Amino acid sequence: MASSSLSPIRTQRTIAGGFVQAVVDWIADCGAVAMDWLVGLGSISIFTMRTARWLLTRLPHKGTILPNFYQIGVLSLPVVALTGTFIGMVLVVQSYVQFRELHMEAKLGAVINMSLVRELGPVLAATMLAGRVGSSMAAELGTMRVTEQIDALTTLGANPIRYLVVPRFLGCLLLIPALTIMADFMGVIGALFYAVFLLGIDSRAYLENSAQFVGSFDLFAGVFKSLFFGAAIALIGCHRGFNCDPGAEGVGRAATSAFVHSFVVILLLDLLLGITLDGIYYTFWPQAPTLF
Amino acid sequence: MVNAATDTPHSPQPLIRIERLNLDFGRLSVLRDINLELTRGHTLAVIGESGCGKTVLLKSIIGLLRPTRGAVYFDGQDLALLGEKELTRQRVRFGFLFQQAALFDSMTIAQNVAFPLRQHTSKSEQEIREITLARLAEVGLPEEVAVKKPAELSGGMRKRVGLARALAMEPEIILYDEPTTGLDPIMSDVINELIITTRRRHPVTSVVVTHDMRTARKVADRLVMLFPLDRLRADEPQILFDGTPEEIDVAPDRRVSQFVRGEAGERLMELRQQNGV
Repeated sequence: MASSSLSPIRTQRTIAGGFVQAVVDWIADCGAVAMDWLVGLGSISIFTMRTARWLLTRLPHKGTILPNFYQIGVLSLPVVALTGTFIGMVLVVQSYVQFRELHMEAKLGAVINMSLVRELGPVLAATMLAGRVGSSMAAELGTMRVTEQIDALTTLGANPIRYLVVPRFLGCLLLIPALTIMADFMGVIGALFYAVFLLGIDSRAYLENSAQFVGSFDLFAGVFKSLFFGAAIALIGCHRGFNCDPGAEGVGRAATSAFVHSFVVILLLDLLLGITLDGIYYTFWPQAPTLF
Repeated sequence: MVNAATDTPHSPQPLIRIERLNLDFGRLSVLRDINLELTRGHTLAVIGESGCGKTVLLKSIIGLLRPTRGAVYFDGQDLALLGEKELTRQRVRFGFLFQQAALFDSMTIAQNVAFPLRQHTSKSEQEIREITLARLAEVGLPEEVAVKKPAELSGGMRKRVGLARALAMEPEIILYDEPTTGLDPIMSDVINELIITTRRRHPVTSVVVTHDMRTARKVADRLVMLFPLDRLRADEPQILFDGTPEEIDVAPDRRVSQFVRGEAGERLMELRQQNGV
């Protein structure tokens, strides 16, 4: 998130300068890094506010929005479905032995489906979106910045935030729930297939336990979290592209940092939203079903 | 800094007035105390070495870069004080030809040229198509290029499409950023002729940023030479020359005459000293 144009000026440490000088240099370095982070945070906050303002005042033409929706939603579906299926199956493989030791194979469905619906589905869909779409946004917009296409938009009287960022933001925000549901669904199917057909677990017990343990709030919690992930991916990807350094190296760095920052923010949001949603759930349903 | 030779009784108020413009990027100062006025219907060429701030000046004129200090007035209005809506309205009065044309890769040539028309007018698709083809014809491009993507065109053709796009809204002022850089001599002259023809066909005011003296002499009726700040004394103005193409040949400042004649002079020694050679 840090703006590289304002990268810290690192003072050269010299042994001759002595211990005090080294400490002063270290403090200066820490201060420069902190300042860099603050500037980056301020920059993305302003960027978010400008995006929100255009979202609330004047949406772009549907001819601008639809290609982005296709790119973000439709083209991401296969990869999200495929990874969802494999994650479901891998979860069964990893958990089966421990559950068999406890003679709780039938409960496997409850644990796996809960993990998929509340955590892995949303995080997996968001990670795939950050990798496939977030970095591509940063690279595309970064190239537009480097080749002055963003300046050209401005000179032609089109606001770049409205024209380039809002459609991508809307695409990520509105379509990530669909991708999350697809990841959930394919994960559940993959896990069921592996557990029932390859490990021979009783399908009825597996499904009944799942239905008893996984409720609609769990599905809602996963989809709700995904909205925040989608917004973060779009904003970080577009912000990195808009603030791309010159040249091919700058574009490459923007794409990489878009993914890395998005991934960190997804995990951070996941933790914070997980705690909040759990708090809400146990406030309203203190007698929630438990595994044991 | 008003060029008396180019002032007319019909244009008492300059279209562009730059007052004590300073522009810094962090700790790097690029423009210092630039004062400049440009009257309607004239063509100003801003010349100078690479890195002297020509493009920065051009981008300040259209409000792409905000002054650190000072102001740029367009038709009497300080661009930095305008709201986004009003600034957009004013920008439509400009056409901007970028150094590398800056065509939108994802669009066809026709969509590029039609872009401002679709953004700012309610013309029918048929009208937009007619205007687009007329603009392309004006810059000497056949109808067939309309369906191509920018990547399929040569550098010269891309520049011409960029000019067609800049002309689409019939602007009052056109800003050219290095219009002939990277082109062969023949294509450079084609672009020069297009700049002149454009001025004849449309009542436009033009600012051409270039380091190509042939272009500057051919298209402009007034030349301004900028000099890099890092090689300028603190008490020296950044504009080393302001006058007609004829006057620049007899400019007393040696740095101006060296630039005009394309002589390295003491610059070669300076570079060697910088590199420790």
